[in-house]
Amino acid sequence: MTKPTSSVGQPAPHDSAMAQVTGQARYVDDLPELPGTLHLAFGRSERAHAKISKMDLSKVEAFPGVEAVYTAQDIIGKNDVSPIKGDDPLLADREVIFHGQALFLVAAISKNIARSAAQLAEITYQDLPAILSIEAARAAGSRLEDEQVMRQGDAAKALAAAPHTVAGKLATGAQDHFYLEGQIAYAIPGEAGEMRVFSSTQHPSEVQGGIAHVLDCPAHKISVEIRRMGGGFGGKETQALLIAAATALVASQSGRAAKLCMDRDDDMAMTGKRHGFEMAYRVGFDATGVLHGIEMDLASDCGCSMDLSAAINDRAMFHADNAYALDDVMIRSERFRTNKVSATAFRGFGGPQGMILIERVMDHIAAELGLDPLLVRQRNFYRNPQDTAPYGQKVGPLEIEPIVAELAQTSEYQARRVEIDNWNEAHQTSKRGICLTPVKFGISFTTTFLNQAGALVHVYRDGSVILNHGGTEMGQGLFVKVAQVVADVFGLPLADIQISATATDKVPNTSATAASSGSDLNGMAAQLAAQTIRARLIQFAAERYKCAADQVHFSGGKVHVPGAKLDFAKLVEAAYLAQISLSSTGFYATPDITYDRKTHQGTPFFYYAEGAAVSEVEIDVLTGEARVRRVDILHSVGKSLNPAIDMGQIEGGFVQGIGWLTNEEVCFDASGRLTTHAPSTYKIPTSSDRPDHFNISLYASKGSAAETVHRSKAVGEPPFMLAISVHGALRAAIAATHRPQSGFVALDAPATPETILRAITPR
Amino acid sequence: MTDHQQICFVLNGQMVRVDPTDTHQTLLQFLRSHPERTGTKEGCAEGDCGACTIVIGQLDGDKVQYRALNACILLLAQVDGREVITVEGLQDQTGRLHPVQQALVDFHGSQCGFCTPGFVMSLYAHYRNQLPNDRQTLKNTLAGNLCRCTGYGPILAAGQAMYGYDAPEHIDSVSLLREVSKEKPLQLEAPGIDPTQTEHLFAPTNEEELQDLMQTHPDATLWAGGTDTGLWVTKRLSRLPCMILLHKIESLNFIHETSDGLHIGAMTRYGQLIELITEKWPGFGEVIRRTGSTQIRNAGTLGGNIANGSPIGDMPPILIALGATLVLRSKNGDREIPIEDFFIEYGKQDLRPGEYVQTIKIPREAEQLQFTSWKISKRFDQDISAVLGAFSFTRTHGKITEARIAFGGMAAIPKRAAACEKALLNTNGDAAALADAIKALAEDFTPMADMRASDQYRMQVAQSLLQKALLTESPVYLGKSEGAA
Repeated sequence: MTKPTSSVGQPAPHDSAMAQVTGQARYVDDLPELPGTLHLAFGRSERAHAKISKMDLSKVEAFPGVEAVYTAQDIIGKNDVSPIKGDDPLLADREVIFHGQALFLVAAISKNIARSAAQLAEITYQDLPAILSIEAARAAGSRLEDEQVMRQGDAAKALAAAPHTVAGKLATGAQDHFYLEGQIAYAIPGEAGEMRVFSSTQHPSEVQGGIAHVLDCPAHKISVEIRRMGGGFGGKETQALLIAAATALVASQSGRAAKLCMDRDDDMAMTGKRHGFEMAYRVGFDATGVLHGIEMDLASDCGCSMDLSAAINDRAMFHADNAYALDDVMIRSERFRTNKVSATAFRGFGGPQGMILIERVMDHIAAELGLDPLLVRQRNFYRNPQDTAPYGQKVGPLEIEPIVAELAQTSEYQARRVEIDNWNEAHQTSKRGICLTPVKFGISFTTTFLNQAGALVHVYRDGSVILNHGGTEMGQGLFVKVAQVVADVFGLPLADIQISATATDKVPNTSATAASSGSDLNGMAAQLAAQTIRARLIQFAAERYKCAADQVHFSGGKVHVPGAKLDFAKLVEAAYLAQISLSSTGFYATPDITYDRKTHQGTPFFYYAEGAAVSEVEIDVLTGEARVRRVDILHSVGKSLNPAIDMGQIEGGFVQGIGWLTNEEVCFDASGRLTTHAPSTYKIPTSSDRPDHFNISLYASKGSAAETVHRSKAVGEPPFMLAISVHGALRAAIAATHRPQSGFVALDAPATPETILRAITPR
Repeated sequence: MTDHQQICFVLNGQMVRVDPTDTHQTLLQFLRSHPERTGTKEGCAEGDCGACTIVIGQLDGDKVQYRALNACILLLAQVDGREVITVEGLQDQTGRLHPVQQALVDFHGSQCGFCTPGFVMSLYAHYRNQLPNDRQTLKNTLAGNLCRCTGYGPILAAGQAMYGYDAPEHIDSVSLLREVSKEKPLQLEAPGIDPTQTEHLFAPTNEEELQDLMQTHPDATLWAGGTDTGLWVTKRLSRLPCMILLHKIESLNFIHETSDGLHIGAMTRYGQLIELITEKWPGFGEVIRRTGSTQIRNAGTLGGNIANGSPIGDMPPILIALGATLVLRSKNGDREIPIEDFFIEYGKQDLRPGEYVQTIKIPREAEQLQFTSWKISKRFDQDISAVLGAFSFTRTHGKITEARIAFGGMAAIPKRAAACEKALLNTNGDAAALADAIKALAEDFTPMADMRASDQYRMQVAQSLLQKALLTESPVYLGKSEGAA
């Protein structure tokens, strides 16, 4: 057996797989606790919107085992844990703006005592009017920012001239991240105001900076570290700071280590979710299904504060074209403030909401004309690399057309459509539907400056390598991918690269591991760091072995020079003795992207990631219950860095998308209290929801057209949106229940059995 | 009753004796309090995510029976006399991975890894019990283990491959278990969370002890499987001054097929019932399969589901439709009542002081009934019912001569649909009769609206289920993943 020369492209297992299956992988709550560690719990608001007239915490303080209770008045620095706007207090001060908001913080000798004591607070509220829906927010003019408009061509004119027009509405629900590991942080005070904080976060630098603000100290006093999270999905991007800042506040004031391990119910009530949207469209098209003009309205429920809502809603606008050329288009976006927990980042970051709207439009056009929805989609694809997206970016060459053509064939889409029609003809109480939807997802942070990353690589005298970078590991396989890239630079086996925890004192000023950009940015930065060291080694070897630099090669753990082959470690030791630096940082910033948020025009994306899915479903006409029968996916990851990891992202993202669109319903009662606050009431997909006929293939891509690391493409978010095909298939099945077949069916998300039954028998 | 102040069990092959400091301590809290036992995770603390799954071994003659359970809602006292196996206890002496672990690595079954120890343990129980590893059986095993990363495919693939690896050496724990599992009553006393209070916990081994304890501690909480009461402790943070655990009482755990029907002990677990019930009433068996998860069915009991009195318990409507009766026992003797009379109003059952549910009897005639039942929930597996409908009909020459129709989730208690039943009597259940019965159902119930379903949906789907029960063609059932017709 010959060993592969490069680790890049190999299906290497997740670097922590062995540790995870044996229970040895440590998460924050598994770290040994220092003696005297305080355990924290928040006291939560029981009103959606109210003035706090009185907060009597005497019983909380008197509870045996409680060491201290903290309120907003105890915060020396800024009482704020927001990422941008300064509108998310760590602890509410005089007014609460959502049900579940943190009011005070209990520090006790055990978690159980802290939680029990927190229940004993006596809070007197003076209720204020609470806004709990988009409708109410619109009526009250409760907005977080002005309406945003993105346009290209003249939508109104094109609509007026179009042979056909239709209009419709679509609402999509919120979604809880349900990372299996709840939010958690552990702060350990050091000497002279230093503090080390272990935080389950996708954004250690923001946690660091946020804590420094809360404690009113320079950032260099605070170091934040995370080896791994038990899932993130966007939920630990900005939301982790609330928890980490609480531990830092207590650690700083008490001088003791402080841990906050959120109970699941607290976590779900107190931290943000995906934005719920209410959308509308008016579209003009011709008899062939080609779209002429379209107006889209995207309104979202941002909750009580800004958080990342501006960028999230922008991304919804950016994806309202999906893979379709919209020459005359107007996209309006409204961002409403309500008295709910602030909505936040979640895999797709607004993209899924924009995308499902245009996919709904395609199905509506097809139904109106009696055409195959796939044909309508294909007729509207971006075709010309000079085509511009509604935000003015030239889309360039895309892979979507060949992907869809291949998938339609391998999934036997046409033959199955006929089979399904026959089935529906023969069955009264069971109907089936099929739908193919594409995904084209823009890669890059649309806040352009965030597209930067740093890495730190050390080579030790024995030839072993340690790798550090600003990206965080939440299960997505980032660490192993970046290690593969570094192993490739040195021609070393993957096992020779030691992965280390993300820490703000190793690599500073990092961006969140988000926007699917983890391996693009950090892979590139680490590659550059490793290449810097390799270049020094090459120069050294060329001098020592009297050859040209391009005659020095690294592979299989050896260094090859003309006429000799030596162990990598040997060369490293020799270089060390020759006083050559064996450590380097690497820094990468994505080139060529610009964006003007004022006009919503520019080139915000480095490239696009594409794929497509075909889903088939069956519904029970009497009860509205549904099952996904079969899924076929063809997705492009460019040249894969690790096909096993990529396949895992595709399947996992897809199933999470099924959850968003089917069973995951976030419910609030009339008082604004979250009623789906635990897995007993909030139902993410389980293994039996996964169809057995589930075929996933990686598209044989020629590689990313953009100069990405090894021509790979980002994979974290795009597959989530492939699940839109399931929602389309459900609508197709529902349409088959109507006699005469109406063709088009309005169906909101999530399509629970209740929602489906309502669509079958509209009241 | 002899005092037995220590909890004694086998943990990963080692004998452990614990002086409990808190009667409410869960097994998960105990495990995680030690830095080398943090492999078992807390994901929800309510038995719904499976991250805390461990395996319990229990001596049964010369053999050990293994079951996966949720450690988060299992009291430490409940493992007294048992073997506990955690994710740290699976590798052999040389450190070689157990086949389920190796298969999960080989098939890329872990991403963030936080749910992984739970999956490992569920698959391990599956492996130890040598269950078939077809996908449907694996999905039944794993429905109580949530994973947010993988989409489950790689984990199912690992399950399908696990028997292909070299068989591991499992620790023989029979002799150790013999030592710890002499079924002694357990009696604990510990300070409460308020240290001035003393809290008590008893685990009697026979009904006489139970009756005495109920007399001396009239306010004691009876603890069956703990799949609901466990949440009182972990979620409501309730302090129960006195708990009486019932799991050691063998005379409450039985299934007898007698000449006058099926007699089931109140402490019989769902997992023990499913096979026989499925044989007799497939629709009932399928509801059991969809009640909770494997871990919940390995803890939850039939008697607990009834005595709890929940309006959304899955067993009561079915038992009402089957004409079951309850034997209620106290020191003063037995009392037998129809199960439908047990539920008086929300939170109130016909249970007198000192009385407990002893036996559930399903009459022999119930096996002749035309019986169907359906569970409606947002998610098929491991979800709480929005509506559960149970229907049994007796027909003579095609005419319905008796109808017993009961619903869960439609009222404050599990309840019969009297007007609906009446509308069907002496009809042949045709379209006209169905129309009348559907109308009558709207008189029977005024359902509630909550996060599980609206009142309108509950009514509409209840009417749909009635229609399904009377359909002549076989109705659609999507609840089984292979079940698409």
